[in-house]
Amino acid sequence: MKRFLPFVLPLTIAVLATAGPAARTKAADQAGDKTIVHVLNRIAFGPRPGDVDQVRAIGIDRYVDQQLHPERVADPAMSARLSGLASIGMSSREIAREYELPQLEARRERKQNARDDQTGARPKPGPLQQKANGVIVELSEQKVLRAIYSERQLQEVLTDFWFNHFNVDARKGPARFMLTEYERETIRPHVLGRFRDLLEATAKSPAMLFYLDNWLSADPNTPTHRRAVGRPEQRRVTRGLNENYGRELMELHTLGVDAGYTQKDVTEVARAFTGWTIQNPRQGGGFTFNPRLHDTGQKVVLGHVIKAGGGESDGERVLDVLAKEPATARLIATKLARRFVSDTPPPALVDRAAARFRSTDGDVREVMRTILTSPEFLAPESYRAKVKTPFEFVVSAARAIGADVQEALPLVRQLQQLGMPLYQCQPPTGYKDTADAWVNTGALVSRMNFALTLAGNKLRGVSVTALPTADQVLAGDLSETTRATIAKATDPQQMVALTLGAPEFQRR
Amino acid sequence: MVSRRVFLKNGAFAFVSLGFAPSFLSRTALAATGRSKQLIAIFQRGAVDGLSMVVPFGEADYYRARPGIAIPRPNGENGALDLDGFFGFNPRLQALKPLWDRRQLAIVNACGSPDSTRSHFDAQDYMETATPGVKSTADGWLNRYLQARQTEEATPFRAVALTSQLPRMLQGTAPALAMSQVAQFGIRGGQGGDGAGASFEREYAAAADHLLNGTGKEAFNAIKMLKSTDPSRYQPANGADYPRSPFGQALRQIAQLTKSNVGLEVAFADVGGWDTHVNQGAAQGQLATKLEDFSRAIAALVADLGDRMEDTVILTMSEFGRAVNENGNRGTDHGHGNAMMVIGGNVRGGHVYGKWPGLAAEKRYEGRDLAVTTDFRDVFGEIVARHLGVSNPSAIFPGHNIQPSRYPGLFAS
Repeated sequence: MKRFLPFVLPLTIAVLATAGPAARTKAADQAGDKTIVHVLNRIAFGPRPGDVDQVRAIGIDRYVDQQLHPERVADPAMSARLSGLASIGMSSREIAREYELPQLEARRERKQNARDDQTGARPKPGPLQQKANGVIVELSEQKVLRAIYSERQLQEVLTDFWFNHFNVDARKGPARFMLTEYERETIRPHVLGRFRDLLEATAKSPAMLFYLDNWLSADPNTPTHRRAVGRPEQRRVTRGLNENYGRELMELHTLGVDAGYTQKDVTEVARAFTGWTIQNPRQGGGFTFNPRLHDTGQKVVLGHVIKAGGGESDGERVLDVLAKEPATARLIATKLARRFVSDTPPPALVDRAAARFRSTDGDVREVMRTILTSPEFLAPESYRAKVKTPFEFVVSAARAIGADVQEALPLVRQLQQLGMPLYQCQPPTGYKDTADAWVNTGALVSRMNFALTLAGNKLRGVSVTALPTADQVLAGDLSETTRATIAKATDPQQMVALTLGAPEFQRR
Repeated sequence: MVSRRVFLKNGAFAFVSLGFAPSFLSRTALAATGRSKQLIAIFQRGAVDGLSMVVPFGEADYYRARPGIAIPRPNGENGALDLDGFFGFNPRLQALKPLWDRRQLAIVNACGSPDSTRSHFDAQDYMETATPGVKSTADGWLNRYLQARQTEEATPFRAVALTSQLPRMLQGTAPALAMSQVAQFGIRGGQGGDGAGASFEREYAAAADHLLNGTGKEAFNAIKMLKSTDPSRYQPANGADYPRSPFGQALRQIAQLTKSNVGLEVAFADVGGWDTHVNQGAAQGQLATKLEDFSRAIAALVADLGDRMEDTVILTMSEFGRAVNENGNRGTDHGHGNAMMVIGGNVRGGHVYGKWPGLAAEKRYEGRDLAVTTDFRDVFGEIVARHLGVSNPSAIFPGHNIQPSRYPGLFAS
């Protein structure tokens, strides 16, 4: 399905005029391999063979600056890697036409057949249903391939970060047909942009409108509207105010829990968003404002008055208010520092990142620059302070051994085994980014098994092209026992397995 | 450039936050002899039709609402199995009838969520977090139980789901294990598999990283513990005959883990296929077939566990019930209230708990569904309090005013 010649991906050095020498820390100037591996473990999904040399050649500061400007980093090989994935470039409308509607049609037909056939046999999922599942499979393959091969590593790390921050679970009904466009058009363009833009993009995305039910939310005082789509039990839903989105918007997307807002604020926010809904949801339609569902009255959110009659702009005003709240700056700064520095990020760093968020009107690139050029980022305390999530573990392992991935599906399946199925995190909180969520007996056993499977070349479509030594993978920083244990292994594949499954490789 | 001391400190911090100690071997002896309470939670995913499971044959409205798929009154052909003169089991639940007769099986009817959602996705989420209407709850209620009762004796097998992924109900900061096949838990064999296991064990045993060192030890002890029980040779007791279905095999493995004395306290299994929108059938058909598998598997588990049932409760649940009226496809659409079963030696069984709201149109929820008269959290709460012995389960059910007066009364107080 995906065939192309193996080639070496150069770490492209783009033209750089902006690396500020003054910003360089002493540590970055005299970077040892351990520091470079640390940087590649945070800004990227870990080093590939040769990456450490490339970063050493240009210096850490310049590498950081490049990665903060993904548009300046050439990524010539990526499109070939993704070329077999038919749906990843499609709009939701095209996906609905190609995948969802034929499946609905087939389901109707099966029902009709079942009605005629009185044996009571349960209808079996047909090929169209499997094809429909292919949308999320291809999206997952895309995510894994980009994480392994893209030269714009920080962009991939942040796409993962922001998708998780604005999480939508593919398993909720037709959400699986919406996530391709959601990630590509809603999340990806804004990962280093203005937070306010990202916030509005998610607020108006069909995926989020559907996942957190805002598309159903209506002024309870207007006459009941009945939906013309969906199953009968959904059709009969009485329309009224739905607070789900309003609550999660404040609790998870902006202010954070315990930020001092009240239930009254939640209700007011939900009222402001009434009428923000989806046009023709079963046909991949986009955002629309339906004035008939909208509560036209005045709203007061965190003390800010939103005058009556604002219509669609009520929701936008709410987003303005929330994006400017200091609690939002703090939440985003904390989460980014947790991702890039440690589970318990240094308060002084969070303070500076939050201040930068406020002074730049929520410019994520600048907040990221503050974090990545901070002394805390390169401090000894940060080194291997993070336990890899299963996604980070799998991708970093594939990168470490220069895996040639012709089929990403086996890796996607492994992530299910490891407890982190892609695009299938049920709660809107997203996956946790701290060690406690990922270190347990079952998970460790699964990781060691994955290391054996991958290094043993037992994943169909994934071939190992390099068998680096443990010292290369871990920049020489491994315990004497680990080194001795690996040295005793009988074959090179076993040595690699014992490296990737070692405790040292579980951290970044 | 990196100080080891820093790592020790960080490792120790994370270690404390996980709340378990590595003195695993010393407590296996205790686990082997202790007879602690056990809860086995079973989730019927897809919303089982409670009205076909526990049939209100005493209601004329039931037969009016379901001209094509109602279960006939007792004594007729394929009739319901009379439980109390008003309710009857679906005839294909025959395997559970002896448990009812022995008063080891109780039913809580018209039970469910205060939230009105008819989305499988959201309703399962709410049932597993036990926070209806709140989606961002970080952990499941069974995990919060595990957190509330952190214990020195805990083994890695304290909480096990016989599923490929840990269900939401068991997700959270307390350790819990998901494994679809007990016999496959371990470092995979193949070429030099055993050698790899021993090598990994050495690496983790020597790790200065406290978190990974401690958990690594736990993992290898768990593997050895399981291997010593030789799961491939398991023989069910008391003639227990598990169906060969995935659900039957999951329950068989729960019995196996229980009797291996590996410290299993909370077990979870799920079974799907209940979303019967089309051709649901009555005493025959797709739902009946599922119910037979369901009942035979549970009956086998009860038989297999034998006198351990004195310390065990089996709880069944499903995210919501189905609409009272059958639809145009001889099936049923998503509804609201449903029936749960609670089985155990100390359960006050042989009784249908919960106020029955009736099926007349004006008694229905939103004019169409069985109304909810018992909040499912009060069933969970009573089990946590009176079976598992948590004196005040309020912290396990945030946002819900837990009061013993609202418990259904499944156990002697």
